[in-house]
Amino acid sequence: MKKFRTLGLLALLALLLAFPLLFPDPAVTTIAVFTLLYAGAATAWNLFSGYTGYVSLGHAVFYGVGGYALALLCQDWHIQGGYVPLLLLPLVGLIASVFAIPLGWIALRARRHVFVVVTIAMFYIFQLLAYNLPGITSGSQGVFFPNPPWDAAFFNTPFYYTSLIVLLLSIGASWWVRNSKYGLGLLAIRDDEDRALSLGVKTGAFKLVAYVISAFFVGMVGALVGYFVGSLYPVFAFTPVFDITVALMAFLGGIATLAGPLVGALLLAPLQQYLTVQLGIVGLDLILFGALLLAVILLLPEGIVPTVRKRWVKCTASRSATSPVTGARGKEKALLIEGRRGGKG
Amino acid sequence: MGILEAQNVSKAFGGIHALAACTISVEQGSIAGLIGPNGSGKTTLFNVITGYERQDAGSIRFNGTSITNATPDRVFALGVGRTFQITRIFPRLTVLENMHVAVQRKGAKGLFGRWSSSHEQRQALELLNFVGIIELKDMQAGNLSYGQKKLLEFAFILIAQPRVILLDEPAGGINPTMINHLAGRIRTLNELGVTFLVVEHNMEFVMGLCDRVMVLHRGTKIAEGSPQEVRNNPVVLEAYLGD
Amino acid sequence: MTLIIEAVILGILTGSVYALMSSGLTLIFGVMDIINIAQGILVILGAYLSYTLETYLHIDIILGLLVTIPALFLLGMGIEWAFMRRIRRDRVMISILVTFAVALVIEGLLNFVFSANYVQLQAPYIDASIPVFGFYLPYIYVFAFFLSVILLTLLYLLVYRTKFGFALRASMQDRTAASLIGVDVEGVQTITFGIGVALAAAGGMVFGATNPFNAATSYDLISRLLVIIVLGGMGSLRGALFASFVMLVISDVTDVVWSPVWSSTVFFALLIVLLLFRPQGLLGRLEGRKQ
Repeated sequence: MKKFRTLGLLALLALLLAFPLLFPDPAVTTIAVFTLLYAGAATAWNLFSGYTGYVSLGHAVFYGVGGYALALLCQDWHIQGGYVPLLLLPLVGLIASVFAIPLGWIALRARRHVFVVVTIAMFYIFQLLAYNLPGITSGSQGVFFPNPPWDAAFFNTPFYYTSLIVLLLSIGASWWVRNSKYGLGLLAIRDDEDRALSLGVKTGAFKLVAYVISAFFVGMVGALVGYFVGSLYPVFAFTPVFDITVALMAFLGGIATLAGPLVGALLLAPLQQYLTVQLGIVGLDLILFGALLLAVILLLPEGIVPTVRKRWVKCTASRSATSPVTGARGKEKALLIEGRRGGKG
Repeated sequence: MGILEAQNVSKAFGGIHALAACTISVEQGSIAGLIGPNGSGKTTLFNVITGYERQDAGSIRFNGTSITNATPDRVFALGVGRTFQITRIFPRLTVLENMHVAVQRKGAKGLFGRWSSSHEQRQALELLNFVGIIELKDMQAGNLSYGQKKLLEFAFILIAQPRVILLDEPAGGINPTMINHLAGRIRTLNELGVTFLVVEHNMEFVMGLCDRVMVLHRGTKIAEGSPQEVRNNPVVLEAYLGD
Repeated sequence: MTLIIEAVILGILTGSVYALMSSGLTLIFGVMDIINIAQGILVILGAYLSYTLETYLHIDIILGLLVTIPALFLLGMGIEWAFMRRIRRDRVMISILVTFAVALVIEGLLNFVFSANYVQLQAPYIDASIPVFGFYLPYIYVFAFFLSVILLTLLYLLVYRTKFGFALRASMQDRTAASLIGVDVEGVQTITFGIGVALAAAGGMVFGATNPFNAATSYDLISRLLVIIVLGGMGSLRGALFASFVMLVISDVTDVVWSPVWSSTVFFALLIVLLLFRPQGLLGRLEGRKQ
């Protein structure tokens, strides 16, 4: 079983690495870039909100902070377009994390229901600040990123690979947390926070650390999107749609699972890109998106990955000799690979 | 000086005086019982001791150290564990994962490791075996029966090797066989040196298990002594039958 | 100084409008543990309905309420029956996502039907002003205030003086206990959701008369409403009322004293500041509820 899983993952990785070579059409790779980035953001969001159960609808703060940070760094340090801005990403992530510390500390003083609203309020404050501090952010005129000197055919490629790296790091962090004692503490907080506290879990610190880690990756994603698109405006940097999209991806795929956000992003990101591009003006995209989400939420309440996993376990229950816990996790990965391979034909 | 002491603890909720200058003392190595009619303040006292409620007045000491305003995690780290009247376990984690949540008195470096080292696994399995639910180790805790959940709760407190365990109605809602099983476990642990403070309504359970019984009524201690003494004490009978 | 007094008065007047809109939101939360993110777009829907009645059928906006309020009441009950009722676990997270999805659909429909152009409700008496103590108050604001007061009073009477209100308050406090004493909790929930949305219809009319709006206005609106109910204590009607007035007065005074640009920021920042000192809001309780 384990060999099969490792082989499958390696094959998947190889496919991802070779993707731009196999499908060089910029239209396709653009969608791929956005998919990878959203997958990274959804995984990072899930690391906090999925594992602790505290729904953050204000992660767009870090998305925007990351974007503006990169743009302003490029401006102030007179950095030209090209590979250098990509090298600044870790720094951008760090900046977003630094913002996350006080914001998280304040927001986490509240319990779950109030927490959601606080994150929304914080996000609005940042949007308003972006508009009202034109000295820093150039207000509604927006900021611009240096233009990379790559030709049209090659343009998407560095973005693709950088996004892939960010995604892999995000998955890595999420995987590590999930399997550590720290991650167990987070899941315990999600089930019964006070009980966890009574068992010695330092709930406040645990939550804050997860919040900061997720901000790190979301910041990098924001910076990459900005750089990819070339410009950043307050309304797009701090947009309410970001959090809902990311939350929906994580939720659709399966909250608090590792593969869930990935599956969700894989399904929703291309769909969202398609709908926005094809039907954006008329409002039909919103209707379709919303209706689709309603259908999925109500029909697959646990998300895709756990539902599939359960069915699989049921089917192979008689055959399987391994315990449900480890066996199921391995099967979930295998299933994911099966699904992807089947999809690509 | 008992291992756990509450001195003159008072706590009011609005107009209701849940605790009024309540003083109790639990001797090390004993199994102490805490009884009293409904509303006498037993669970409130537990909450105050373990840091879930803030008392209005009074002090709490554990093993000489003051834990008067300590947070629940600190109280646990010092060595005081507790169960809840309605069992609180982690329903979405497996039984085995539940066992590993409790922070063992080791320090932060344990955090970065895998959620369960081989040593911790062995300990957890031993304890699950001890309480008798080892065959359920991979089941989602939410799917356990009520009695099994109680046993799980008992087990996962034990993993941190507490010196004092506060049990809030451990015999509530489970069948007599299970009750005896639980009593047996408590006695075994007591022989190994663990002190217990048990709140219970089930008189047989209390009388059969406890060395010493304290009676609360309207937030204050009205009697204490051996189970026999308390059973025959007219003040106690008055409290239960009176209002 | 007169400017400040004027701002305070205006704040009270507009505060009543927000009180109307937010009361529905907090009511729904109190009874059902659901954060109805769609409340913002439902207000706008109410506004658009009033607009349609007035523009195409020439029905006066006040009279139009006789249509829009029941219509949205039924819509609210429909939404609850079709979607909210299906949510079994993880109510907080899932209800947020579901209501947001519903909001997206409604927003898309409104965009489709009405396009993104800003509109505002018109009526012959809207532009007039009433002189009160030397201040000229726009008639529409005064009217909105009285309408809100009337509807909120009716709401109060409903909640505190009727059998249904008793059932509602019982459900808010303890769902299990309420069902044990014979309250049809599910029915209460459906009707409460309907009432919450009906209040949005009324709020929509007064909001639409005093502000230019389009479908996208709902984002800003729902954020403010959420802040208000958090400040007032989620689930507390009195809190929502109190917070609406406080927030709008402060907001309007900031508008005048500092700058319009910063009044929005102050609005949201106030929440943060308050939570630093009182995580449960102005009138809320600290611990979670029993169920």
